[in-house]
Amino acid sequence: MSAGNGMSRPILSVNNIEVIYDHVILVLRGVSLRVPEGGIVALLGANGAGKSTTLKAISGLLRTERGDVTKGSVELLGEPIHRKDPGEVVRRGIVQVMEGRHVFEHLTVEENLLTGAYTRCENAAARKDLDLVYTYFPRLVERRGFKAGYISGGEQQMLAIGRALMARPKLMLLDEPSMGLAPMLVQEIFEIVSRLNREEGVSLLLAEQNATIALRFAQYGYVMESGRIVLDGDAKTISENEDIKEFYLGLTGVGQRKSYRDVKHYRRRKRWLS
Amino acid sequence: MGDWQFTVLLLSNGVLIGLMYSLIALGFVLVYKATDAINFAQGEFVMISGFVAAAGLMVWGTPLWLAVALALGGMIVLGFALERVMLRRLIGRPVIAVVMATIGLASILRGVGPFTIFSGTKPLPLPIREEPFLVGPLFIPPIQLLGAGVSIGFLAAFGWFFLKSRKGIAMRAVADNQQVALAMGINVERYFGVAWAMTGIVSALGGVLWGNLLGVDVNLALVGFKVFPVVILGGLDSIPGAIVGGLIVGIVENMAAGYIDPYVGGGTKDFAPYVLMIAALMVRPYGIFGKKIIERI
Repeated sequence: MSAGNGMSRPILSVNNIEVIYDHVILVLRGVSLRVPEGGIVALLGANGAGKSTTLKAISGLLRTERGDVTKGSVELLGEPIHRKDPGEVVRRGIVQVMEGRHVFEHLTVEENLLTGAYTRCENAAARKDLDLVYTYFPRLVERRGFKAGYISGGEQQMLAIGRALMARPKLMLLDEPSMGLAPMLVQEIFEIVSRLNREEGVSLLLAEQNATIALRFAQYGYVMESGRIVLDGDAKTISENEDIKEFYLGLTGVGQRKSYRDVKHYRRRKRWLS
Repeated sequence: MGDWQFTVLLLSNGVLIGLMYSLIALGFVLVYKATDAINFAQGEFVMISGFVAAAGLMVWGTPLWLAVALALGGMIVLGFALERVMLRRLIGRPVIAVVMATIGLASILRGVGPFTIFSGTKPLPLPIREEPFLVGPLFIPPIQLLGAGVSIGFLAAFGWFFLKSRKGIAMRAVADNQQVALAMGINVERYFGVAWAMTGIVSALGGVLWGNLLGVDVNLALVGFKVFPVVILGGLDSIPGAIVGGLIVGIVENMAAGYIDPYVGGGTKDFAPYVLMIAALMVRPYGIFGKKIIERI
């Protein structure tokens, strides 16, 4: 099955990329994926599987960490972007929301949002987009004058996503939006994000360890392990996959299996079950 | 002269001199705010601008406006060049690397100034009246009034820039978290250059004003040492802090000179601010207005 095709043309295609850090450390091998225009795609995998690296390879942030795309290409609407600097990538319409709710702690909520519009020249439009962000994240309205370091974790995650929206992206890369948040909040944030997808037409690529929630909102999913994609398919197919059920969704069918001999390679080297 | 008059005189002089310290401290704060670099060459920046302006006036015979323009232009170029050539490579290295680099830079500037421009002490005359204004008990040298005015003007301008303009907000974002600033498409390196150039502008004006007050030679760089108590008291990254810190240092200096020096035979003026600085470090290490490190548990 070819990844994500059939829905529409891909807004993003990552073609067989290899990523090397510090000229020697190979962290991604032959990673390919596609995000269809207007689609939501989940990138699943355990800690250290290479999800964040993949997102950074797309957004161009990799090079600021001494990483480099040494093979393959990343294309936005058919144009190669893997040699562009992060500012150029944002201007072309891809913005990454980094893992760990990174906000500018000493700036107010509203100032944080305004930095999101940095790459756009029109001042007036930026001010107007503030209102748009506030309609999606009403919780931020009453916090607008607060320093971002002092608002709650859930609000920080909303702020980070709202700030990314201020750049008016075509594609948003979300890195672990659920991390460290209560299930209720995770649900709330995912619902807002999928509204952004429907109403603002923002395509989404979301890296998640929480496969349950990610697959509920995504149409298509990829599973990564040790820097490679080991499985991909429709969200429905993936969530019905026995291995995924067992290791990500916590639905144990393990009882029926006595031997690990018939367990596929990518399942055997698990450190994920804890 | 009555007791209170003496106190008021010391206070007013402290305020005026303090604001002139604030101007130089502003240079230090701008760089620290934007790039996290501690600039030990701040005094030398002031000195070298003084050299350029004094050379323009006294050696090359240019009119005053051109001499000041030369100092300003030279410092802006120096700021951008330093960031490009030296400091950019030190990004992400331990703080000590930047500290040592700026200390080295300070020595180089102290050597290069007299070596290439002129040696000895030169005056830097400005077309303002020499004799002080006498207002009641106050005794106000015009140069200090001008200095205080320029300081307030620049502090207000930079304060507005950082709080209200989009570029200023972006600059604070860069200072807050470089990685995230990059992710938002902010050109981090360009802002580093801009911050150094801004420091150059402030230093150039400081050089002209302090050069007029003290005369221009290598010792003009010593003014830079006063920056440390100012920024420690006010906060390394705070513009209002630079004002308040400058005022405190100016006033403390004058009070020490007026009230303690007569008993001990002089000299307390020079170290009193540092006593205060050490005390401040023990109580409030991030300064009165400095940003606290926000920790979450």
